[in-house]
Amino acid sequence: MSETRTTASATVAATPAPGPRVGLASAIAAVAAGQLGRVRVARGPLLVVATVQSLGLVILLRGIVHHHDSRTASAIVAGSAVLVVAFVSLNLLAQRLGALRATTALDYYAALPIPPAAVVLGTAAAYGLFTLPGAVVTASVGAAVYGLPFGQIWLVVPVVLASALVLAGTGAILGLSMPRPELATIAGQLGMTVVLFLGIITPARLPDAVQALRDIVPGTLAVDALAEAFRVHPHWGGVIIRLLITVGYGAVTLAVASRLFRRAVDR
Amino acid sequence: MSGGLAFEVRGLSKSYRRATQPANRDIDLDVPAGEIFGLLGPNGAGKTTLVRQLVGLVKPDAGSVRLFGHDLVAERSLAARLVAYLAQDEPALAELPVRQAIETTARLRGVARPASTGAATGLMEELGLTTVADRPLVKLSGGQRRLACVASALAADRDVLILDEPTTGLDPVARRSVWSALRRRREERGTTIVLVTHNVLEAETVLDRVAVLDHGAVIACDTPGRLKAAVDDSVRIELVWRHEPPRDDSTVDLLARVATIDGRRWSARIEREQSRGILDRLTRGPLVDSLDDFTVTTPSLEDVYLALGGTDDDLERG
Repeated sequence: MSETRTTASATVAATPAPGPRVGLASAIAAVAAGQLGRVRVARGPLLVVATVQSLGLVILLRGIVHHHDSRTASAIVAGSAVLVVAFVSLNLLAQRLGALRATTALDYYAALPIPPAAVVLGTAAAYGLFTLPGAVVTASVGAAVYGLPFGQIWLVVPVVLASALVLAGTGAILGLSMPRPELATIAGQLGMTVVLFLGIITPARLPDAVQALRDIVPGTLAVDALAEAFRVHPHWGGVIIRLLITVGYGAVTLAVASRLFRRAVDR
Repeated sequence: MSGGLAFEVRGLSKSYRRATQPANRDIDLDVPAGEIFGLLGPNGAGKTTLVRQLVGLVKPDAGSVRLFGHDLVAERSLAARLVAYLAQDEPALAELPVRQAIETTARLRGVARPASTGAATGLMEELGLTTVADRPLVKLSGGQRRLACVASALAADRDVLILDEPTTGLDPVARRSVWSALRRRREERGTTIVLVTHNVLEAETVLDRVAVLDHGAVIACDTPGRLKAAVDDSVRIELVWRHEPPRDDSTVDLLARVATIDGRRWSARIEREQSRGILDRLTRGPLVDSLDDFTVTTPSLEDVYLALGGTDDDLERG
């Protein structure tokens, strides 16, 4: 090897002032803004697709639910509203991160002075915000179709935020852990299907074994919390506990996803 | 230049699972601060793996990378605060409008929102992107898209730039604007620049020093001038034959044994002394009628690469 070393450069240069560390909140905001800018064109059609699917379910199932069965009706409406979140936050995020993982795209974020969690949280936040209008429309139309009380419909907002956290975390785990983008897409769609079935069917109608499974499926506790909103006298203690568990579950999934992000870069 | 080292690489090795050969083998490199340093080599030579380790994205299997004296394995986050990295492709930015891609990158490097807007405007003017500011990268031509990615990499004025093939796909005008932007940063701010390229012209005109990589190892590292001087006793003869060359001629036969043959285009590196006789026979005798074109050039980095044992010929010459 014909290497010539400059003897004058044997010393180390003084370290220049490093750029600032970007705080978690600022990084999340910047990532989320970028994500929202990215889907600017596709936002409308995607939201329509996500919402129409849930509205279709609400309307189709109306024909098989007895008029006085408000428990089943509220489960259907709540499950359909959370399905909008699952469609975008779980399914689309799994697809997106699976596609990014298959290219060098994660290098872009990994080479920036931001916490890895900011990438997952920022993307999840953008996708979560994106679902809010569709979930509100589904819950409102559902309540009207089934004759459920509207009084506590505001609960859809914290339910969407909490379920977006856990479903986006799950979507990110699926997207970042699958070896190929096609598998990430399939996993995202399967995940959404599980949320759909276990969300809209009331727990009492499920076999015991599946009931236990239902409780660990991300988002189902948020569905139950929203279903309370359609009762005349909601059990607020239960709502708060379910939402807190959902948020805690979401924090765990996002922590796992952040770790997977680091591992995906260091491939 | 400040004189001290920005990067100090020692014994760096990296292998990927299922790969038959290591991506990097026992690499030693010094990059002084303020230098424009190049990594030249064909596809698969290990250039990208090396720069991903310089940015702290990949942990080496063995050896160390020091950035301004700091071990990047132990202080991984420091690279993100000192280095701006442009990957070979930036799909993360693909669907963003140009302005937003630059602004987002600046904000993610810690620039406040109003300043990031100003930075984006300045960079778009500098690189001639103003007319496409609001178009998503994915809707631009390949060259414009690459230029927008370079602009994003330049956001936030980092002291070290690591750019993986920044000018691939650019037209000559855009390529020169990138080279000017890089030189300006080095002159005005003392920016250290590591440039991955497989473009010989870029390596010869822009770089202060260049490391030539082949099969994961550095096979030479010096200034382009000194590397070329090492093979200065030769010239390159490029021939384009009008028809099938007359192989029964002894001169043609001699050339055929040393030339790289691409159809009717022959390229041969020949000892300077020997070249006189060959040129004389090619241009004065009947052989001249068989030639469409011929050129004689002094050594380039491509010759250096070939002389050092490089075997692949996918270096870009334009």
